[in-house]
Amino acid sequence: MGVSRTWAVALAGLEGTVVEVEADLTHQLPEFRIIGLPDKALGEATQRIRNASENSGLALPKRRLTVNLSPASLPKQGSGFDVAIAVAALATGGGMDRDSIATTAHIGELGLDGRIRPVPGVLPAVLAAARSGVRRVVVPWANRAEAELVGDVQVIGAVCLADVARLHGAQVEEDPAVEPVPAPEGRSSPPEAVDLSEVVGQEAAVEGLVVAAAGGHHLLMTGPPGAGKTMLARRLPGILPPLDDEAALVAASIRSLAGAAVTHLDRTPPFEAPHHTASVAALVGGGSRIVRPGAIARASEGVLFLDEAGEHHASTLDALRQPLETGSIVIHRAGFTASFPARFQLVLATNPCPCGNYAVRGAVCTCPPIAIRRYLGRLSGPLLDRIDIEVAMERVSVAQVDRTRSVMTSAQAREQVMEARQRAAARLRDTPWRRNSQVAGPWLRQGPLAPPPVVRRPLDAALQRGSLTLRGYDRVLRVAWSLADLAGEDRLTLDHVGRALYLKKGIPR
Amino acid sequence: MAAKDELGRAGEQRAAAHLRALGFDVLDRNWRSPAGEVDVVARHGERIVFVEVKTRRSDGFGDPLEAVDARKRARLWQLANAWCAQHPDLARGRPRRLDVIGITGPDPATGRLEHLEDVPWV
Repeated sequence: MGVSRTWAVALAGLEGTVVEVEADLTHQLPEFRIIGLPDKALGEATQRIRNASENSGLALPKRRLTVNLSPASLPKQGSGFDVAIAVAALATGGGMDRDSIATTAHIGELGLDGRIRPVPGVLPAVLAAARSGVRRVVVPWANRAEAELVGDVQVIGAVCLADVARLHGAQVEEDPAVEPVPAPEGRSSPPEAVDLSEVVGQEAAVEGLVVAAAGGHHLLMTGPPGAGKTMLARRLPGILPPLDDEAALVAASIRSLAGAAVTHLDRTPPFEAPHHTASVAALVGGGSRIVRPGAIARASEGVLFLDEAGEHHASTLDALRQPLETGSIVIHRAGFTASFPARFQLVLATNPCPCGNYAVRGAVCTCPPIAIRRYLGRLSGPLLDRIDIEVAMERVSVAQVDRTRSVMTSAQAREQVMEARQRAAARLRDTPWRRNSQVAGPWLRQGPLAPPPVVRRPLDAALQRGSLTLRGYDRVLRVAWSLADLAGEDRLTLDHVGRALYLKKGIPR
Repeated sequence: MAAKDELGRAGEQRAAAHLRALGFDVLDRNWRSPAGEVDVVARHGERIVFVEVKTRRSDGFGDPLEAVDARKRARLWQLANAWCAQHPDLARGRPRRLDVIGITGPDPATGRLEHLEDVPWV
């Protein structure tokens, strides 16, 4: 009799809160109640736990059981609390080591047969538990590889409830016939074997792509159909350096939340290319009770590619503005908020007009002027202001195709990018930033390495003319630093700034 | 008499003995009204205690205590009121209490007995 307690994790977005699960047995008619703002799935846990316990040879005490999930005011969703509640409830009847239970977090859903089923979001949940000081975590057998990605925490993959009870000292017979519930089949798309050397011509665009990769800058490509915009964008992840531990963990956590099977740390930067009919919720994330990460969260630490940007709804494009600035997306719902990282690199590709031939040499555009304006008008001024590099692409001519000349491979480009990033990291070592795209404006303009007025002159002129906003001013400086990093120089020169300004305002409008 | 009634009768016998051993003064047994039946009415100190007795041969169909659900308890409350109305000299001014006794075993005389005191009516 008395109170027994253990731990579980409630997830709101990527942020996990450790929840204390306490069970109390009172000398009253048998009843099983869960309090502390459970949702429907969590409220139904009583039924699952009752049957799972019975079928595992464990008996729930036949008295009134009250399970409280604390902090009680935090809404809790899903079936991941089943195991923690079951363990706390069973422990009230005695036969289990209370201390062992009180120092372990339990994550997992119970089946009626007592087997433990995998749940989404195990990685962020274990991370949150480890951060709050929990040293031992019981997870579903199918999720154990995912949980083990978190260091400095002991991970125990449990097949069934009896396993967990035995771990805490209960006398239960082992049933060797129990088969673990397998992990859900993940979308296992093998990485596309694409190389930058397959791109014919388009030297300026390739250079823009390398600069974008070096600094993590946002990129807009315009050009007629068939110029190779999509082809170039698909090759961006291949020239980005592999993710470091922290970034890879964030990317894996989001994959886990989205329900994908996570078995190892994938260091390839994620690449998300939502279709142009995607809704705002699909892009930023949403859902009424359980908030799922959207495309921008899944693209965090990687690339978000919006092909046919002119076909996207203007509202979905504008939804990107705030996450582009802050690097995170906060989704508000009644009673709770969920926040996801959104540190993605945006790549937009669009035709110049609906027919695709506007301003293309040797082609005739058949669009009325209003259609052209409406098409590009989808890309709002505020959104374009957040783009660092604009590249206008042209159709590749026969002469360029025939020319046999050395072209950059992805490996060479990646090497350049990594060298540039190392230079940037060395320069920014005393600051909170690592990439040029992250550096704050005041540091660029007034920091220790701020360019002298002579170098800044083209920018000041553009600002005075009104062709550049102050935000655009900072963005040009960031790109200029990436150009300097790629060139292996420690100071900004007029050349870098001029070139960056050209990249920023590369498309005549 | 059906086998189940016989079992119930034996269980009530055992419960009454158990209550007497605890110092309860059994006032009434199997008191019937149109609304139903109260198994045992007893006095314990200042309180009038209404006791519902449930007997099961085994817990294959669940624990006997689980059978006393909210509906059953609500009916017991009404029965308690009816009993008090009929026995004003015994009940007046005395607080009422509900106890539930569950007996599990093939023979109620030796089976496992569980006694829950002061069970909420609703």
